[in-house]
Amino acid sequence: MSVIVLFMVMMATLAGWWLSHQRLTAKPWLEVGVIDQAGDTGTRSPRIAKLGLGAFLAVAGSLFALLISAYSMRMSMADWRSLPMPTVLWFNTGLLMLASVALHSAVIAARCDEPASIRSGLLAAGVCSLAFLAGQVLAWRELAAAGYFSAANPASAFFYLVTAIHGLHMLGGLVALGRTTARSFAPTGDTPQASGTLRLSVELCAIYWHFLLLVWLILFSLLMRWTDDLIEICRGLLS
Amino acid sequence: MVDVPSDATVPLSTAEVEDVELYHPRSWVTKYVFSQDAKIIAIQYSLTALAIGLVALVLSWLMRLQLGFPGLVSFIDPERYYQLITMHGMIMVIYLLTALFLGGFGNYLIPLMLGARDMVFPYVNMLSYWIYLLAVLVLVAGFFVPGGTTGAGWTLYPPQAILANTPGQPWGIIVMLVSLILFIIGFTMGGLNYVVTVLQGRTRGMTLMRMPLTIWGIFTATVMALLAFPALFVAAVMMLLDRLIGTSFFMPSIVALGEQLPYRGGSPILFQHLFWFFGHPEVYIVALPAFGIVSDLISTHARKNIFGYRMMVWALVAIGALSFVVWAHHMYVSGMHPSFGFFFATTTLIIAIPTAIKVYNWVLTLWRGDIHFTLPMLFALGFIVTFVNGGLTGLFLGNVVVDVPLSDTMFVVAHFHMVMGVAPILVIFGAIYHWYPKVTGRMLDTTLGKLHFWITFLGAYLIFFPMHYIGLMGVPRRYHEIGDMAFVPASTATLNGFITVVALIVGAAQLIFVFNLAWSLRRGQPAGGNPWRATTLEWQTPETPPAHGNWGKTLPVVYRWAYDYSVPGAAEDFLPQNQPPDPATA
Repeated sequence: MSVIVLFMVMMATLAGWWLSHQRLTAKPWLEVGVIDQAGDTGTRSPRIAKLGLGAFLAVAGSLFALLISAYSMRMSMADWRSLPMPTVLWFNTGLLMLASVALHSAVIAARCDEPASIRSGLLAAGVCSLAFLAGQVLAWRELAAAGYFSAANPASAFFYLVTAIHGLHMLGGLVALGRTTARSFAPTGDTPQASGTLRLSVELCAIYWHFLLLVWLILFSLLMRWTDDLIEICRGLLS
Repeated sequence: MVDVPSDATVPLSTAEVEDVELYHPRSWVTKYVFSQDAKIIAIQYSLTALAIGLVALVLSWLMRLQLGFPGLVSFIDPERYYQLITMHGMIMVIYLLTALFLGGFGNYLIPLMLGARDMVFPYVNMLSYWIYLLAVLVLVAGFFVPGGTTGAGWTLYPPQAILANTPGQPWGIIVMLVSLILFIIGFTMGGLNYVVTVLQGRTRGMTLMRMPLTIWGIFTATVMALLAFPALFVAAVMMLLDRLIGTSFFMPSIVALGEQLPYRGGSPILFQHLFWFFGHPEVYIVALPAFGIVSDLISTHARKNIFGYRMMVWALVAIGALSFVVWAHHMYVSGMHPSFGFFFATTTLIIAIPTAIKVYNWVLTLWRGDIHFTLPMLFALGFIVTFVNGGLTGLFLGNVVVDVPLSDTMFVVAHFHMVMGVAPILVIFGAIYHWYPKVTGRMLDTTLGKLHFWITFLGAYLIFFPMHYIGLMGVPRRYHEIGDMAFVPASTATLNGFITVVALIVGAAQLIFVFNLAWSLRRGQPAGGNPWRATTLEWQTPETPPAHGNWGKTLPVVYRWAYDYSVPGAAEDFLPQNQPPDPATA
């Protein structure tokens, strides 16, 4: 459970940092009149959307941290036998990085208002992500063909579980990405308001993809057993 | 006057508050059924939660009948008894308390108390309710599938939950896990709404430190729930896989009914960690909204500002943070390392500090207040007493050496029913008596309400005080029938009978409340806009019940905190939050 505790400490630090900027030491009973809080200026809807996504990422982050906790706890038991990791995973990692880079370039294009580059960035990201998912399925099949698709093997059960949950998150993201791409091709995309909405959608997609990449890199290093020493150190600290 | 600009006394326009595009219902169905208005969703959430809560109440009756008069009802065999326990616990904790506090009160009060027109993502909010309803229906479906509901206990510990000889096989556990997964998805949708609305939907002048404590409680609890429910989600998904496709996440090698099962190498302790990583914060997810609501009820009905507002806020946040590092105190008997036990006992006892701060502040708010013994006040007082009682036995159980012998006795049952059963339920009743006039425009009947309060309050004590004693005498929990045991005195059987009789009466008395809700809807005294003469924004709406969009043409502007009661020199004994300062006295 050390991973989830670490995650919660990070969340608490974030919350504490945020709270420390919220005048929690104010004496509201002495203050009469209008007080405008810092950050109350500007349009609300982009901030609301980004905050909503941020809150969702916190929930998803907690979900993955718990999965990793469970995984590392099970891994430390004596009967753990690791799986040979299919090489296609390396390829997949590269694809996911490309998708992230493509979305980031789309964000830059959206800020500079270059519709053609937005479209190509979104499309490239979509293609890379689909290829990533296909690659994950390949990895599943490769392991199954090697006889590891067995419910009795905890390593393979965990492998299928974490990759499936990560893949489901990506599928959900692809729905949003598809809608954003459709919007970027819409003929009415030239008005300032429409381009503002598009930019926001592109930014949200990019944030989500960076998050999925980060989660995948952590999962990947765990699956490749690079983090074993780290986990040992954490366990040593706790026991 | 601190930190306030010099022109603060001039009433300000709301032009600087950006208005939101509201959703407009076009037909009866989109207005009252598939509504995106947070108020309608709140009522839907509350009614669903109360309905399923009544089911769980009937289940508890059946359990009590068996415990008080073993064998009286032949229908309750050991299998059914386990099913009753499981469903009673699960429904009460998750489908009633969590849903009612966050989905019900959260939806109704957050936009109104913060001066918003609606939640920030109304469509997602509507989905949240319908997925919750689906979760409830799936749960209820458990009663009708072959084998009935699962009898694994509300904690669903493996390996028992999955084994074939647990009551409710083959379908019960699957239905239960699916329902939980749905509930969590639905709750997450609602929870994101509550958090973002509190952060971004506040009206002009509503700083965080001017929010009523109700909102602070609901907000903190929602943040906790968003971070804690994934643990239950992960546990439920993994257990579902264990059950359905035979993985061994939680299932060790095991021989059941004389047969070696194909599972090997799973860790049941892992499930306990995941479950309680959710399960302990869950206690405070239910308690923090109750803390917040009670603070507002006490302040309003004692006509006095809340004592130590800042401390109250800090304590809420501190309790929320601490509650994530105490989960293993539910697992002292799982064979953990003694230093782990020491660590978790320490954190558990530390939580008593912010909690005690809150209790002191409630009492100090009452001190020399102008206490009106209205129904909400009665229930709030009942809550304080009950919470202190339940909290004190929590200090007993938080210590490893005391917990080990008391674990799995009726003492634990009495403890958690006091602290997270009776106490939050009293707040829910108080809150309904308090806000019903705003929701419907009519008061609930006072005589019926007092009858309801006294039967419930005294009855709860008559039920649960003897239960502590029974537990201390060594009567174990979860037993269908203990029969003759040398170490249990015969008097406990008599007490058990007594408890059952009281429980039947208290349960039946809830019908008074249900009747009152229905009767007052048409026949209740008209309430007017602000019957309690309260300061918070929800009582200042132009219409009662508040219309769609809540605030008419312009949003309110907030000039003061939520607790300006009995301000010296003021004409009235309360100053609404949106009342501009008087230039003459400012």
